[in-house]
Amino acid sequence: MAAIEILGLEKNYLVGFWRKRTKQALRPLHLTIEEGEVFGFLGPNGAGKTTTLKLLMGLVLPTAGTARILGMEVDDPRVKAQIGFLPEQPYFYDYLTAQELLEYYGQLSGVPAKERAARVEKMLARVGLQDAARVQLRKFSKGMLQRVGLAQAILHDPKLVFLDEPMSGLDPMGRREVRDLIQQLRQEGKTVFFSTHILSDAEALCDRVAVINHGELRGVGAVAELTSRMHGKVEVIFYGQSVPAALASLGAEARVSGDMVNAVLPEEQQEAALEVLRREHLKLISLTPVRSSLEDFYIQKLQPAESKGASA
Amino acid sequence: MSSRIASVAFNTFREAVRDRVLYNLIAFALLLSGAAILVGQVSIDIERLVVVNLGLTAVSLFGVVIAIFIGIGLVSKEIEKRTLYTVLSRPVRRWEFVVGKFFGLTGTLVVNTFFMAIGVFLALLYVAHKFEKMDAWVLVALYFIVLQFLMVCALALFFSSFSTPLMSAVFTFALFVIGSLSEDLRGFARIAQGLGGWIATSIAYLVPNFSALNVINQVAHGDAVPGRLILYNSIYALLYSAMAISGAVLIFQRRNLK
Repeated sequence: MAAIEILGLEKNYLVGFWRKRTKQALRPLHLTIEEGEVFGFLGPNGAGKTTTLKLLMGLVLPTAGTARILGMEVDDPRVKAQIGFLPEQPYFYDYLTAQELLEYYGQLSGVPAKERAARVEKMLARVGLQDAARVQLRKFSKGMLQRVGLAQAILHDPKLVFLDEPMSGLDPMGRREVRDLIQQLRQEGKTVFFSTHILSDAEALCDRVAVINHGELRGVGAVAELTSRMHGKVEVIFYGQSVPAALASLGAEARVSGDMVNAVLPEEQQEAALEVLRREHLKLISLTPVRSSLEDFYIQKLQPAESKGASA
Repeated sequence: MSSRIASVAFNTFREAVRDRVLYNLIAFALLLSGAAILVGQVSIDIERLVVVNLGLTAVSLFGVVIAIFIGIGLVSKEIEKRTLYTVLSRPVRRWEFVVGKFFGLTGTLVVNTFFMAIGVFLALLYVAHKFEKMDAWVLVALYFIVLQFLMVCALALFFSSFSTPLMSAVFTFALFVIGSLSEDLRGFARIAQGLGGWIATSIAYLVPNFSALNVINQVAHGDAVPGRLILYNSIYALLYSAMAISGAVLIFQRRNLK
């Protein structure tokens, strides 16, 4: 069964003083996310990622279209008991302690009273906040608030977790911990839908990604497939102080870095390049095919709109 | 009451209790009760009248200020600070959230009124040295004041569901003032003719009738409050509050939380 089915979801806002102009925040979006997937929703700031998440959470109402989560309508309370949500740059009741906040959310999510205290303690430990359990949130740093946000999102053991820019504002260690947490959720069989504009995170974590820009879906693809596509080029790295002329004549784009040379050239010139190295007595370090990166896919999907914008 | 409404209500109450502004208002109300004692001492033979009048008026005004001050931010503050996102993404319906907030604030006001009432009774005991049978009517006046708070909270919540906090405060306070003069407005409507009379009658019955809930002067003089008035006022305040809350829910259901 599909975890999330988005069927032509669309959101327009009326803007301006007289509210006569229409701003299209999300053009009709069709997307299906399978159960157990870690799905990355990529796009620059203002692309429509948060609007999509808010529509799925029932926080904003769609202009047209519909969405189903775990086979049910998004505003069905039974759905909400099975999903967790971390908003972008979350802000919580700062007069509460971390423990009180999680207890409150546990009550709202229907976690049985006898299990609640133990669950809260476990979640605080899982996000590394057990020592700050009784500290008011107004004394928390941004990174600590993000951890509380993650704890509240998974507190009630949801099947599906929505994370809006979960790595935003975190230091490298914090980002690593969030990545580990998402990996753990995947191992537990949860579906994770997260938005980000940090491509390395998406490449490391996601099964599939979608690229959105200007409220429009630009493309969807499996990360493994996207990153295994060959460019028809090879990368040759060898010891040397300069680029041999014979190698340059093969069409290699080369750069010297310390006592190593890194050259990229067409795949069909691979044998000729090796022959040049043998002839020049240069020691080969590696020869690898050049693969596509998620960044290539992302840039390629964003480009059409950018060039349209530039020509306008 | 569902457990989710109770949870939201308790959290609202907890927020108010941890809010220092609330403590200051309570302290100020207690100070005013102290002032009542002072005035009572310099008044000859009318100490009880002055203390009851001043004390209950202070309870009413401070409660109304608290009701408006917190009521207008009940929903709008949660939207502005985005604390609502992690609440409404749980199995909490929007109407449950609004009703929970309402109960939380009214609960806060009941507790607040309880402590202020203790101050009034202590002041009464101080000036009269003993309680009399007619002092029981002060409790009825306090009950009516709590009913006023219910209506003010509901109105503040209603206005804040579609307006800015500042405008909500202005609207709610304006309605409180007009509602406190509603008996005069109804009197004017009775004598007005034609379109003016029709408009005056409509406004007179639309604005909350706070003057019917004000029996402070009556109980200060030791006069009894008829049982029928207690019943009618209770029904009226509950219905009016329910209507305002329903309006707030209807608007909030359709609101985009941008």
